[in-house]
Amino acid sequence: MNNSSLIESVTKRFPDGVSASHTYRGDATVVLQLDALLETARFLKEDPAMEMNFLVDVTAVDYSAFGKGSVPAFFSSSGVTVRPSPQIPDPDPWPGPPDKARFAVVYHFYSMAKKHRLRLQVPIEDETSPEVDSLTSLWPGANWLEREVWDMFGIVFRGHPDLKRILMYQEFEGHPLRKDYPVAKRQPLIGPLN
Amino acid sequence: MSSEPSFLTSRLEEALGWARKFSIFQYPFVTACCGMEYMATACSHYDVDRFGAGLPRFSPRQSDVLFVVGTISHKMAPVLVRIHEQMADPKWVVSFGVCTCTGGFYDNYATVMGIDTIMPVDVYIPGCPPRPEMVLDGLMKLQNKIQDQHMGGKRPAPEQRPPQLEGYEV
Repeated sequence: MNNSSLIESVTKRFPDGVSASHTYRGDATVVLQLDALLETARFLKEDPAMEMNFLVDVTAVDYSAFGKGSVPAFFSSSGVTVRPSPQIPDPDPWPGPPDKARFAVVYHFYSMAKKHRLRLQVPIEDETSPEVDSLTSLWPGANWLEREVWDMFGIVFRGHPDLKRILMYQEFEGHPLRKDYPVAKRQPLIGPLN
Repeated sequence: MSSEPSFLTSRLEEALGWARKFSIFQYPFVTACCGMEYMATACSHYDVDRFGAGLPRFSPRQSDVLFVVGTISHKMAPVLVRIHEQMADPKWVVSFGVCTCTGGFYDNYATVMGIDTIMPVDVYIPGCPPRPEMVLDGLMKLQNKIQDQHMGGKRPAPEQRPPQLEGYEV
């Protein structure tokens, strides 16, 4: 299946769950409601026309500082553009970050048999206790990926068998890839000598 | 009793220091890219064996000098401290590379900002990575320090400030 038919079949199957969709730089993306994730993922895995047997990656984005920072001085002087120039024609421009939602969990699926791939984006509006369903019941490989997202972003995966930190140590406080994590914060595990 | 050491014991101490500084058994705690420069120093072109430090011992019980080579993360810090505690006295620590000296260009949640925040350090060798000449210079400074510790049992005096800096506050 190509990008447009992928998006179309998911949208037709879950008209209430899909809130938006777009294709950007050759990759199809479906933006989902929070409660539609598990059913959509099961459909992607078990439908014979989809057969997405490979969960490539699970990651998350914190959009709370998106577009608010200044352009880094290095990029502004090096000629590297941060945004694509408007002179370059782009028939499918990137629609931008999701409205209101601070976090978005991003799933990349691939079908080994059908050779097609799809990205699911799940915006989470709850800032204080972001939660999303775990996909470990469908793809066992989601276990460590979801642990990493919890470690770095503090997003809880409901139904995960062993949700604990995977990169940082257990005593670490906070979630370092959140945009409000202070860059200069120090976390002494064993403490300085004096 | 005078506090001055006698001729005989001071000669003995000097000989002990001489023996100790030319039989450095090092423990290379190599975590990152500085290890390449450490290997270059250890191999035949620069030949650290000329200074009696040619035998790395991969057991902290058998080594005198802990070479901390490369970035230390907070997750690894307890392991490093444990290894330092396992070494028998007398022991010295060499901080190899700018990451172990100050954290280097890492200013983030994961990296220890200099290993002197978790253990005493005898010689700092900055550089990213340091050239083998710098490593050998640091090694000779460590040898002087070891020898000086046997001369009257005192820690060596800090290095002289260069005359250009006279009058400036630190």
